[in-house]
Amino acid sequence: MITIFSARKILTMNPQNPEATHVAIRDGVILGAGNLSDLGGWGDYELNIDFADKVLMPGFVEGHCHLQEGALWSHTYVGFFDRMSPEGEMNVGCPSLDEVLAKLAAAEAKMDDPTAPLPAWSLDPIYFDNQRVNRAQLDSISTERPIGIMHASGHIMNVNTKALELAGLLRPGINHEGVPLGADGLPTGELKGPDVMSPVSIHVGFDRDMLACDEGGMWRFGKLCVRAGVTTATDLAARLPEDAVNLMHKVTGNKTFPARIVPLRFHHGVSPEDLIKHVEDLAPKSTDKLRLGRIKIVVDGSIQGFSARLRAPGYYNGAPNGLWYIAPEQLAYVLENALAKGILVHCHTNGDEATQLVIDTMRRALREHPATDHRFTLQHCQLADTAQFKQIKELGLCVNLFANHHHYWGDQHYELTVGPERAERMNAAGTAARLDVPFAIHSDAPITPLGPLFTGWCAMNRKTASGRILGEREKITLDQALHAITLGAAYTLHLDGEVGSIEAGKRADFAVLEDDPLDMGVDGLKDTRVWGTVLGGEIFAAADV
Amino acid sequence: MSDGPLLLTIIAGYLGAGKTTLVNQLLRHANGTRYAVMVNEFGSLPIDEDLIEAEGDDLITLAGGCVCCSYGDDLMMAMAQMRDLEPRPDHILLEASGVALPGNIAAAISLFGNDIEVLGIVLLADAEVLSDQLANPYLSDTVTRQLAAADLAVLTKVDLATPDQMQRARQIVADHAPNAAVIESEGADLTQSILLLSRQDTQQTFGTDHTPHHIHLVTETLPMADAVDAESFADQLALNPEVVRAKGHLTNSSDGRLMTLQLVGRRYSVYPAAAYVKQGLVIIKTNGH
Repeated sequence: MITIFSARKILTMNPQNPEATHVAIRDGVILGAGNLSDLGGWGDYELNIDFADKVLMPGFVEGHCHLQEGALWSHTYVGFFDRMSPEGEMNVGCPSLDEVLAKLAAAEAKMDDPTAPLPAWSLDPIYFDNQRVNRAQLDSISTERPIGIMHASGHIMNVNTKALELAGLLRPGINHEGVPLGADGLPTGELKGPDVMSPVSIHVGFDRDMLACDEGGMWRFGKLCVRAGVTTATDLAARLPEDAVNLMHKVTGNKTFPARIVPLRFHHGVSPEDLIKHVEDLAPKSTDKLRLGRIKIVVDGSIQGFSARLRAPGYYNGAPNGLWYIAPEQLAYVLENALAKGILVHCHTNGDEATQLVIDTMRRALREHPATDHRFTLQHCQLADTAQFKQIKELGLCVNLFANHHHYWGDQHYELTVGPERAERMNAAGTAARLDVPFAIHSDAPITPLGPLFTGWCAMNRKTASGRILGEREKITLDQALHAITLGAAYTLHLDGEVGSIEAGKRADFAVLEDDPLDMGVDGLKDTRVWGTVLGGEIFAAADV
Repeated sequence: MSDGPLLLTIIAGYLGAGKTTLVNQLLRHANGTRYAVMVNEFGSLPIDEDLIEAEGDDLITLAGGCVCCSYGDDLMMAMAQMRDLEPRPDHILLEASGVALPGNIAAAISLFGNDIEVLGIVLLADAEVLSDQLANPYLSDTVTRQLAAADLAVLTKVDLATPDQMQRARQIVADHAPNAAVIESEGADLTQSILLLSRQDTQQTFGTDHTPHHIHLVTETLPMADAVDAESFADQLALNPEVVRAKGHLTNSSDGRLMTLQLVGRRYSVYPAAAYVKQGLVIIKTNGH
C-alpha cells in the first residue's frame, strides 16, 4: 500500500531536490519526494492530508545522547531552565535555591513511605551566584528520608544528613578533596566526583548503573524523541549486557516505540580484546530500530570537572591536568582492530590533548589498516584548534561538537576553566564547516535537554546563558545547522544512506513541524514547534504520547 | 580473624609493569589467606578453570575462599560489595588500571573510614621502559603522579634492563618517589614474598644476587617482649628509609593491649590483634644504603 503525504512544505535536506510538497512511502520506505502528479506514477495510493499545513523534515538524528534521560524523569526535576517532561508537562525551572527547596518539599509531601529516598536532578548553582547548597537546607525537607540532588553537569551531588548517615559519611576526620567539610568538621553534603557520589547515590534512589535504562525509562525516552522531532538517537555509553540488549530488542521491537536506537558499547570494565569481540557478537543482532556493533571509547574526563586532558597552557585556574580513562596502547589496540574489522568507533575527547592523542594514534593505525570511509568520530572535541581540525580532516575523522554545552557552561569556561580565548573557540563548528570536516552537534541528554532544533540554535548563535556571544567566528549558518542535525549526525553513525534526508530509498522517518525552520531563521529556530514524528511510516503525534 | 579494619593493598603502575603477574602469584601462593582480588576488567587473570567455583557477571568465587571481582568504572560500589562479603576476606588486593592514579584511589577508599584501610600502595615500574615513559608527553605526568603516591616502589624486569636503563630508572624513582621504600625485582617472586610476609618467609633470604642490580634485602625478627607505644613505634619504623615492610604484633604500653602492626613502605596500620597471636615483628630492610 502506497501512502502519499501532502505537506505545506517538505525540506528534504537532499541537495539534488531540496524542497517538495509531497512524499510517497511504501512499507516504511520513501518512494520519492516531489509533486503529486509525479509521485502518482508509483501506482494506487492513499492521500494523507493530515500534514497539509505542516512542514516535514527528515527525522532528526541525535548523535550523542543517553537513554538515561528517560530514566531520570522518574525523579524530581529541579533545573534552572524550563524543561518539558516526556508526558508533555512543562516543568518550570527553579530560578532560586528557595524554589528548588519548595519543589522538593512539594515532591516530599506526595510520598507515602516516610523513609523512601527522594532523588532529584539537574541542580545548577552557577545560576544562583554559585551559592553552595548544604545538608541543613535539605534537612529542612526531611531528616527521615535520604535526599540527593544530582547537578546538571552530572559531576556533583548534594545530599542531606540522612543520606550521609546511611553511606557512613557523617563522621569527622574525612580527608578528601571531593568532600568539603563544614565548621563542625563534618561533610557539608556536597559530593564531588564519581568516586564520592557513587557510594551515596544508591542510598538516595539513583540506580547503581547510572547509565543504564529500564523499560519505563526507554518508553519515556521515546516520548521525548517524538516531542523533539528525533527519529534516530544514540545511547552513547552502554555496557550492553545480555539482559539490557534483550530489553532494547523488546522495546524497540514494539511497533509503537517511536525511535531507532543506536547504542555504542562503552569501553570501560572490559579488556580491549573482549570489547572487540563483544561488538562483533552484537552486530548481527541489529534490527532496523536497534543498531548494534559500534564502540565508544572515553579518552579523558570533563573540562568543568577538571578531568579533561589539556595541552599547554592547561587550565585557566591552574588546576593540574586531568586523567586518561584509557591507556594509549589500549586505545591503539581498539582503533587498529576496529579499522581492520570495519567496526565504527566514537572517541570522547573533551580536552585538546585527548583529541591529539586520538589523532596521533589514528594516523599510525591508518598506516597499518588503510580505510577511506571509517567515519571514526571525535565526540565533544570541545577544545580542538585549527591545526587539529586540519589533521582531523586529513585523517577522515568526523566530529560531533557539544553546542549545547557552549550555551549552558560557556560563561564558566570563559571565567574559570580555559579562559577567554579558548572559550571563544570551543566547539568550533565554524572551523569544521570552513575546513569541510564532517560534523554533527549534540545535546548529550540528559546533561542538556534533547532537542536538535535548540542545539542548532546554540551552534548558530553561540549565546551563553548570561547572554554573552562567545565565539563570533565559530557561528554556523542555518543551512549548516539543519544539515548537522540530520545528515551530519547520520554520517557519523554510517547511517546517512538510510536516514537523514527525505529521498527515494530511505526510511520514511520525518520530523513534523508546525513552523518552517527557514522562516524561523537563526534567531527563532529554537522556537520551532514540533507536531510529532513519522517513523518508518508510522505516525506519532506529540499530543498523544 | 582479627576485628581490625579490612586491609587493602593497591597494586599500581603503568601497563606492562607486572601488576597482573604479581596478583596471579599472590593468588597462587595464597596458602590459606582468603584474598579478594579486584581488577579493572576480567581477561588478564589466567585463573585455572578448576579453581573457579562460581562465576557471576562481576564476581568469580575461587577455591580456598578467594574471590575475584571486576570493578569497571565503579570502583566504590565494588569496594562496598567486598566490604560486605560473608565470610569477610582476609585481605583485598586492588589491581589499578594502568592509567589510574593510586593516590586518588587511596583517597577514595579513605571514605570507607574504619571499615577498609589502605595498607600500602605498591607501585610497579618497568625498569626497561620507565625512562621512555617519562619522555612520552602523553604519559609522563601520569607515571610521575603514580610514582609520587607509592609507599613501596618496585623496579621490575631488572634482569632485562641495561645498566644504563637501570641507572635512569633508579634516578627517576629517586626523583619522583622520594618517600617510597624501593626494591628491585626480576620477576614477581620477591614482591610477592614481601607482601605476604608470613612466618615461613623469614627463613628466606631476599634479593640474592642473581644480577648485580639487586638492592640487597635482609629480614629481621624482633621479639617485642616489652610493651611500646604502638603508634610512635610504627611511626619511627615508617620514617626509617631502610624499612620496606613489617608485620607482627606488639603490646601497647598505655593500655596493655596486643596490637597488630602492618607496614608497607611509608604507610602503616595499627589495630587490635586477634586473640591467639603472640608478640613478635618481622621487618624487611634494605641493607647497605
